[in-house]
Amino acid sequence: MTDNISIIGSNKSKNAVEKSMNIIFFVCGLAAVVCVICMTVYMIISGWPAIAKIGVFRFLFGQVWSPENSEFGIFPMILASFIATFSAIFLALPVGVLVAVFLAKLTPKRVSAPFRTLIDLLAGIPSVVYGLLGAILIVPLIFKLQTAAGLPQGGSLLAAVIILVIMILPTIISVSETAIRAVPKQYEDASLALGSTKLQSIFRATVPAAKSGIVAGMVLGVGRAIGEAMAVMMVAGNAAIMPEFLKPVRLLTASIPIEWAYSSGLHREALYGIGLVLFIFIMIINISLNTVLKKGGELRG
Amino acid sequence: MSEIKIHTKNLDLYYGDVYALKKVGMDIYRHNVTALIGPSGCGKSTYLKTLNRMNDTVAGVKITGDVFLDGEDVYGKGVDVTILRKKIGMVFQSPNPFPMSIYDNVTYGPRMHGVKKRIVLDEIVEKSLQDAAIWDEVKDRLKKPALSLSGGQQQRLCIARALATQPEVLLMDEPTSALDPISTTKIEELVSQLKRKYSIVIVTHNMQQAARISDYTAFFLLGELIENKKTQAIFSAPKDSRTEDYITGRFG
Repeated sequence: MTDNISIIGSNKSKNAVEKSMNIIFFVCGLAAVVCVICMTVYMIISGWPAIAKIGVFRFLFGQVWSPENSEFGIFPMILASFIATFSAIFLALPVGVLVAVFLAKLTPKRVSAPFRTLIDLLAGIPSVVYGLLGAILIVPLIFKLQTAAGLPQGGSLLAAVIILVIMILPTIISVSETAIRAVPKQYEDASLALGSTKLQSIFRATVPAAKSGIVAGMVLGVGRAIGEAMAVMMVAGNAAIMPEFLKPVRLLTASIPIEWAYSSGLHREALYGIGLVLFIFIMIINISLNTVLKKGGELRG
Repeated sequence: MSEIKIHTKNLDLYYGDVYALKKVGMDIYRHNVTALIGPSGCGKSTYLKTLNRMNDTVAGVKITGDVFLDGEDVYGKGVDVTILRKKIGMVFQSPNPFPMSIYDNVTYGPRMHGVKKRIVLDEIVEKSLQDAAIWDEVKDRLKKPALSLSGGQQQRLCIARALATQPEVLLMDEPTSALDPISTTKIEELVSQLKRKYSIVIVTHNMQQAARISDYTAFFLLGELIENKKTQAIFSAPKDSRTEDYITGRFG
C-alpha cells in the first residue's frame, strides 16, 4: 500500500530557480543602494566646486545673495528655512498629537474612520495645490497685519509657516496615532486601576509610552518641511533678505527652481551648492531620526 | 466570623447578549484572603473586576445588583470611581509596569492623587517596596527602567505600585500565572503577609495555591457562584458535587 518515494531527486532545476531569484533580488537591492551612492557622489562633485570657489564661510554665512554682483551668501536662506521649519513643527506638533489622541482614544470607530480618510487625503494633495491655496487665501489674510506694521503687502515667512503646518500635520497625526495605538492597553488599565481618570491615563501613561513614535513623526515632519519647495515658493515672497515673520523671505529650496532657468556659470554652480547644503541637512535629520528611534527601543529594555 | 468588607448580592452582568455573571451573592471578609477558583470563562475574573468597576471600560457591559464596600453602594449615584479604585487596588495577570523608572512606577498613583512633595514620595516608595518584599532587590537602582527587572520582580513592583495609593482591598487577577515557581512562592508568601493590613481577593487557576494561601474559597462555574466557604471546608468536604468534581480534577 505504501508508495515508497525516494528522497533522492534531481535538484538541478530547483536550484537554478532559487539561484537566479537570489541574483534578481540582489540586483534590485543593489540598484537602490547604487542610486543613493551615485546621488551623494554627484551632489558633492557638482556642489563642492562652487562652495570652494566662493569660500565655505562666505557661502554659508554671507548675508547677500546677488548673483549679478557675484555675491553668493546663503545665510538668510538657511536661517529662513530653519525658522520656517521649526516654527511649523512647534505649532504642528501639539495640534497633531492632540488630534492623534482624539482619533486613537477618544472617538468611536465610526467617527474616527472618516476623519482618518480625510487626513490621509490631506497628505496626498500635491504641494502646488497647497501653494495655490496659500497664495489665494493665506497671503491676503496677512496683508492686514503687514499694513498695520507699516510693511508692503506680499508673501511672507508667516504665510510659509502656516502652509507648512498644514502640510506636515497629516504626517505627524498618522505617525503619532499609529504609535499611540501600538501602546498595549495594559498600561492604560494599570493607570485606571490606580485611580486615574481616563484623560490622566492617556496623557501620563499611554502618550509617554508612545514617545519614540511621536518623535519619529516629528522628525519626518521636519524632513518634509525643510525639503518643501513649491508651496513655500508660492507664498513666501522669495526676497533673499534676513527673515522676519511679516517680510518676504526666500527658503533654501525655493532658490533652485526660481533661478535655475536663467542661471549660468558660477551662479548655476552655486545653486548646486545649495542643493548640497540641503542634502546634508536632510542626511543629518535622517541620522538623528535613526538614533532617536534606536534609543527609544533601548529604553523599553 | 470576621467583619464584612465587601458585600455583593444578586449581581448580574451581561457582555452584550452574554450572561456572564448570574445572581452572584458573596461577602469578602476584612483582613482575609478570598480565593476565586473555577475553569476558564467561569466569571471569576469578571466578578473581580466588578468590585473596582474595571468592567466599566468594556463596551456593551450591563451590570445590575448590589456591590457594597464598607456599606457604601459601589454602583450608586455620586460614586467617584477614582476614589473607589484608590481604595481597591488591583494587580493584573501579566506584570504590567509602566515603561518608566522603578521610582516613577511606584509614585504614579500617589502623584495622580496629588502628592507632590519629594520627601513624602520617597517615603511612600520605600514603604511600598518594603511591603511588597522587593525593596532590598531594587533600593540601589530606583532610577533604572522597571522593564529591566525579571518577571517576578516586575509583578512584585506592580504590587508595590498598587500599595502606594494606600488601598484597603487588593484584587489580584491570577498574579502568578505568568511566573516561574520561585517567584510564585515569593508572591504567595507576600500575600499571606499582606492580609494583616489588607483584604485580599485573588483569582487563581491553581487549586493548590488557593488551598495554601486563602482563608475563604469561592467556586465559580458558568457565571454562577456554586459554593463559597472556608477554604479548609471546601477542600475537605465540598457540599456540591460540581465543586468536588472540579477540585478533584475531574474537569476544568
